[in-house]
Amino acid sequence: MRRALTALVLLAAVGGGVAWWLTAPDPIPESELAGLTGDATRGQAVFAAAGCASCHLAPEDESAGPPVLAGGQRFVTQFGTFVAPNISPSPQGVGNWTDAQLINAIARGVSPEGQHYYPAFPWTAYNKADLQDLADLVAHLRTLPPSEAESLPHEVPFPFNIRRSLGGWKLLFENRDFVLQADLTPEQERGRYLVEALGHCGECHTPRNPLGGLRTDAWLSGAPDPAGDGQNPNITPAGLQWSEGEIVAMLQSGFTPEFDVVGGEMAEVVRNTSQLSDADRQAIAAYLKAVPPIESPAPEPGTGDSTAEE
Amino acid sequence: MIRTLSLAAVAALGLASVTVAQEGPTPEQQAVNARQSHMTLYAHNLGKLGAMAQGNAEYNAETATAAAASLHHLVQLDQSGYWLEGTSSEQMEESRALPALWQNLEDAGAKHEALMTAVENLQSTAGTDLASLQAALGGVGQACGACHENYRVPQN
Repeated sequence: MRRALTALVLLAAVGGGVAWWLTAPDPIPESELAGLTGDATRGQAVFAAAGCASCHLAPEDESAGPPVLAGGQRFVTQFGTFVAPNISPSPQGVGNWTDAQLINAIARGVSPEGQHYYPAFPWTAYNKADLQDLADLVAHLRTLPPSEAESLPHEVPFPFNIRRSLGGWKLLFENRDFVLQADLTPEQERGRYLVEALGHCGECHTPRNPLGGLRTDAWLSGAPDPAGDGQNPNITPAGLQWSEGEIVAMLQSGFTPEFDVVGGEMAEVVRNTSQLSDADRQAIAAYLKAVPPIESPAPEPGTGDSTAEE
Repeated sequence: MIRTLSLAAVAALGLASVTVAQEGPTPEQQAVNARQSHMTLYAHNLGKLGAMAQGNAEYNAETATAAAASLHHLVQLDQSGYWLEGTSSEQMEESRALPALWQNLEDAGAKHEALMTAVENLQSTAGTDLASLQAALGGVGQACGACHENYRVPQN
């Protein structure tokens, strides 16, 4: 009996140890980052494509000129309210971080202190970004105006406030491969990179499972708006019947083919995509035409609707 | 028999008229219809200009000036009665106007002022040349988007 108990305790300890090890942050090794030199000018295009300003500008900051990434915008979700931090190059922001720390924050969701970030910050998409692009992005961030605003804490209740549990979330839901695996043209590949990695379009246009993981089986097929109002549209060919030219025009000007003007968060997105090259907007359109058409709402997995699997 | 039938007919007619009366649009529905129709008229005229700006139609100074003039008329139409209390997206299925609009009427008004300025600029330059039209139309799109960004549901 005593031996059995000891074995159990030992097993639990080992199990706990394994879990602790599995949920530990997983930064990019120094060796992969050594020798990278960022180009701030190139980084400006990465910055626009990645949409950093959309979330990290101060609330209601509509001023022209270089963006002040003071943070403070609030994002209400079913798990709690997340507050975007100051990521300007100041002591209150990320001014004292090394390049490696910044790249690991963006691409691995790990803070300089080794804490997991919540996936409200789309490192789940940026994890597919080229390291050179990230080095350029970091170089660009360092050229922006500093802000002395203090970052505010997230308002996330138990149990989601246990950061370590995000390690488990990462194990279950982080995907470092592209969702669309197919024979793609170089243009479609560029589009896949812009949509799936930098643009993180799936964050709003793909439905989530009950734990907040993206349902890649229903990729880009539309999702309830996280703010609780309405629906972010299906942008697979089943939902979006625009021509490639019409998609390009919307990304450039905000005008839909019906000459409505997109609103909500998409207005912010157009502010970014209007800064991309025509070739990049065209690549996004080509990719969107290549993703599998999925009717929305996509049936939940395991509901016995086998037609969705075909 | 005939009397019974005609009574039934009268009763049916009465019922029908009651139903019709109930199905007429409420003031709230009328307000939503009016403002959505207004938006459709914007889109119709923006479409003529957009076709030229996007290279899908040849630039024609006369057509551009006429469409810009229509927009200029539209943007000045009296909108009182459009934005009734009780007509937000939370209160009416067909409405896409967020409740936030009614909490920020002053800001919404300022955004409409900005739209008026952008449309004035469009009216005075649309007939100059294609590049001027493109630039001015971009400004109008941004002004439309500014209001849609804060005060409109993405999609019902």
